[in-house]
Amino acid sequence: MCQVNEEYHDGLEQAQVPGVSKKCVKCKEASAAVVIRAGDAYCRGCFKEYFIHKFRAMLGKNRIIFPGEKVLLAVSGGPSSCSMLSQVQEGLSQNAHKKLRFLPGIVFIDESGVLGQSLEERQKTVSELQAVFRATGFPFHMVPLEQVLEVPSSVVVTAPSPSDQPASAYKAAVDRFIQRDSSCPTSQEQKERSLPVVQEAHTRLLQQLVGSAKTLTAKQDLLNTLKQHLLVHTARTEGYSKVMLGDNCTRLAVKLLTSISVGRGAQLAQDTGFSDTRYGDIILVRPMREYSAKEIAFYNHMFSVASVFVPSLDTKSTEKASIQRLTESFVTKLQTEFPSTVSTIYRTSEKLQTSCRSSSTAEPSDRCLLCVCAMDTAVEDASAFQATLTSVQLSQVKVPGSCSTKVPGLNQAPVELQAPAPSGQCCSSGGGGGEDCGRAERGGSCCSSTEKPEAIDLKSLLCYSCQLTIKDMSSVECLPQYILSEAKRRQRRSQMREDISEFLLCDGDGDDS
Amino acid sequence: MAAPIAIQLEFGGGAELLFDGLKKHHVTLPTQTEPWDVKQLLVWIQRNLLKERPELFVQGDSVRPGILVLINDADWELMGELDYQLQDHDNVVFISTLHGG
Ligand SMILES: [Zn+2]
Ligand SMILES: [Zn+2]
Repeated sequence: MCQVNEEYHDGLEQAQVPGVSKKCVKCKEASAAVVIRAGDAYCRGCFKEYFIHKFRAMLGKNRIIFPGEKVLLAVSGGPSSCSMLSQVQEGLSQNAHKKLRFLPGIVFIDESGVLGQSLEERQKTVSELQAVFRATGFPFHMVPLEQVLEVPSSVVVTAPSPSDQPASAYKAAVDRFIQRDSSCPTSQEQKERSLPVVQEAHTRLLQQLVGSAKTLTAKQDLLNTLKQHLLVHTARTEGYSKVMLGDNCTRLAVKLLTSISVGRGAQLAQDTGFSDTRYGDIILVRPMREYSAKEIAFYNHMFSVASVFVPSLDTKSTEKASIQRLTESFVTKLQTEFPSTVSTIYRTSEKLQTSCRSSSTAEPSDRCLLCVCAMDTAVEDASAFQATLTSVQLSQVKVPGSCSTKVPGLNQAPVELQAPAPSGQCCSSGGGGGEDCGRAERGGSCCSSTEKPEAIDLKSLLCYSCQLTIKDMSSVECLPQYILSEAKRRQRRSQMREDISEFLLCDGDGDDS
Repeated sequence: MAAPIAIQLEFGGGAELLFDGLKKHHVTLPTQTEPWDVKQLLVWIQRNLLKERPELFVQGDSVRPGILVLINDADWELMGELDYQLQDHDNVVFISTLHGG
């Protein structure tokens, strides 16, 4: 048989020795199985040891999780979070002094309703995951994303953190725990929360909400925000004080560059750091942030860590479908040619840490309504934020009566709009070059709301980046009630403050009055 | 002439979606004048196995960046990558590390 259009370079072909020839750089005995960093090839055994050690070292170095503390593991079914779950199991099975000493629980947020999956498909994924979770013996919670429609407004308000514990408290807690541990072994009874019944109407509301975002970039952003709110809410109601997220180093490198492209520079440290304190009482932790996607994939494959493929918004999407997707393909392409790409970007993020301390001390009222980060909109004239603002103002001065009317949806511009809001517009609204517009049709149908008497000016309550996301939505009325009512509350409050401002002794003290 | 060889292919991390959702495939590569290498295997997969969207699996001569390859449970970087000559009963695994598969 011959394949005509194939060329074979007989002369150039080097003699290949089949099978592994290289030795492990660590033990120098066994043959290598995985190349970690350029040139560093580990054997199976050493790779396992290295992988397990890294997890414990990460938690040990940061000393943020206290013995006996309840920690919620956010598991999406993907390789990274499933690997995190297996590391926690591994850590709990260790003997005394290497043992992890916190009490884990698992949460899975089922977002498949947004993707329009049938109930059978949803149930199938859920039961596959349940089998994985049940095997761990940890309590677990299966939460449909629809429940985000019922969370209280307090979820977007930073709660006071329960007294900052000094470093010495950590050691005391360990000692106390060890004493207790020797008398009675920590065994949590496994509680299961299977997926509660989801109301179809709620699924539809959620689909409308995500559908109202005109670009895949905004859809993903919105979905991530809602998921995070629901995670924090679940942690609060179930009594967990830490949430572990499975973000790996590759993912964080992509997130870092994406964040810069979508105007989240000021929130980078919180978005990608080891610990994220924006919610106050619940701290988000990223223990997988020093593993590359490759290390995780190899570990999971070699040591049979089960993961469940769960489709997402961008499954099978092209690389230009969204900013997130484009950045990912940019980073992975670079990584194949320059294997230190990811670690270089990652190390950059480490250095950013210190520059943004203020975000942990900002008052609740100075935080973004959506991402709960400190506001970045009080900046000098030369910023991108000011530039965008100016350009928006300029483009509103003259609105040509014809087709190109641009309705920024949420700001009640002092401009008389000749044309009624065109609901079907998607590509014409500029800015989103190369965006996937395919799913925009749904946008107009749900949110055909006319101007309500109490229009909400969300803009002033959002950070720069979240403003951009909201701008990509055809209507803000689709946002869940907890966000809208908190927006109204904050607006009333600032109105009130303005009204009584002349009676206040000192202004701008920022304290809740 | 190289005799036909039987190998096992495995797809994971979402890459299986491009192959009818099937993770494991037992295939026989037909007789050809040259010994089979991974580069030719990728062409063969594209022609015979891949159900949709080839650009999500291959790019140029190689796999799409972000898809890892293991040959007999070892990193293909240690095995000569595209030039590795396949043997009868080899096991080749493709794992996508890209978000959403
Ligand atoms: Zn070794
Ligand atoms: Zn924000």
